[in-house]
Amino acid sequence: MPAEPHAAPHTHEPDEVPHTHPDPGVDPHAPLAAGARALRVGIGGPVGSGKTALVAALCRALGDELRLAVVTNDIYTTEDADFLLRNGVLPADRIRAVETGCCPHTAIRDDISANLDAVEDLEAALGPLDLVLVESGGDNLTATFSKGLIDRQIFVVDVAGGDKVPRKGGPGVTAADLLVINKIDLAPLVSADLTVMDRDARARRGELPTVFLSLVQDRAASPVADWIRGLVAARVPAA
Amino acid sequence: MSLATLLVLADGRLPSGGHAHSGGLEPQVSAGRVRELDSVAEFLRGKLATTGLVAAAFAAAACARPGNGAEFDQGIDVRTPSPALRKASRAQGRALLRAARAMWTLPSAGREPHQPVALGIVASAAGLGALEAAVAAAHGTVSGAASAAVRLLGLDPYAVHGLLARLAPDCDRIAAAAAKTAGAPVDDLPAAGAPLLDIGAELHATWEVRLFAS
Ligand SMILES: Nc1nc2c(ncn2[C@@H]2O[C@H](COP(=O)(O)OP(=O)(O)OP(=O)(O)O)[C@@H](O)[C@H]2O)c(=O)[nH]1
Ligand SMILES: [Mg+2]
Repeated sequence: MPAEPHAAPHTHEPDEVPHTHPDPGVDPHAPLAAGARALRVGIGGPVGSGKTALVAALCRALGDELRLAVVTNDIYTTEDADFLLRNGVLPADRIRAVETGCCPHTAIRDDISANLDAVEDLEAALGPLDLVLVESGGDNLTATFSKGLIDRQIFVVDVAGGDKVPRKGGPGVTAADLLVINKIDLAPLVSADLTVMDRDARARRGELPTVFLSLVQDRAASPVADWIRGLVAARVPAA
Repeated sequence: MSLATLLVLADGRLPSGGHAHSGGLEPQVSAGRVRELDSVAEFLRGKLATTGLVAAAFAAAACARPGNGAEFDQGIDVRTPSPALRKASRAQGRALLRAARAMWTLPSAGREPHQPVALGIVASAAGLGALEAAVAAAHGTVSGAASAAVRLLGLDPYAVHGLLARLAPDCDRIAAAAAKTAGAPVDDLPAAGAPLLDIGAELHATWEVRLFAS
């Protein structure tokens, strides 16, 4: 079910909507200046879709090659941060939990101050970082990150939510820089049709990439880790 | 002085970190002391007369003398027995400075001043006077907790705004008194306290599950 390989090399029309290239892992958005600060990637999506499991997998996959840190946003507790600690994927000083006051989407979109404080505190305490992952509290299909907080965002949905989710759209599904359809190992159990999800995701997202994933089968979240490697590699040195 | 500038500064939608704080309401709701509209009204009235008065006085003084921020900051420290409340106030001061830096040209104000001190310094940078800084502080102490009440208790939002409208003259009165002491030595500024807010904040900070940061 992976997205079709890009016809490479290929050209772009000047007025074309910007899109990412899942296949070569090269990002054609205006490149982010390297060096000034870490690349910040937001990870959003509905409750229980696998955001924390994805963060843990990315820490396992990238922890040795990138200087990375994580900010979690839990609605009630520090559950997500605790999970990452328990699983030993990252040392405690690389994880910060932000409390979101009833409204997880407010903390990542309308009033991002607590998250920015957390990112800045991590960089102040740890020195320069390559990558900061910001996990939002589980929310609904309308929750997206502010560009004031993150550089790129991943939206995680799962097949157990029904194969209708990509069709329903919403800014997370339509506009996230990467859509992850997780828990494909469960598809037969919940009668989810992945070809329908793939077709609907393409219709909603144009050329923005979508990947299918099972975090129980692929503990390194390979397609997502590759996408992030591409983003980091594409950063241009600061002038 | 620009009234519209005051509205920009006092707007609840200003992204200055307030949405994550209940202004001390969450622990009182959990303790059963605040349950419905009447007890929310009592809570807000008590808060305004104590921490609201102190916040208004320090915001006014910091607005009149923005260069003395460190001294006012200590003044609030000694008036805030609860470490959890001191931390919450500093977090909101830092967030306010972050938002305000994008709006006006600020003098250096430290990394994490208490919220009323930050508010006074920001008001001054915005060209507002001590009275306006105090109004914003007094109104802010009740409006944040009122919006938390809507979320925590599922109250009728119109009824809660009715409360805020009835408290507005009290906010004005407190702000007027605060503006009069804007030039007073820090030790002479009000020191009204609300012990239940301090105790509640300390208990709240130990909870494993909570909706608000404070
Ligand atoms: N079968 C299966 N289970 C998964 C997969 N990914 C995650 N899970 C499980 O799904 C549950 C929820 O995963 P989390 O990573 O906590 O989800 P989340 O999106 O962080 O949840 P919130 O932060 O509460 O919104 C956990 O029990 C995971 O073990 C997957 O690919 N397949
Ligand atoms: Mg999670």
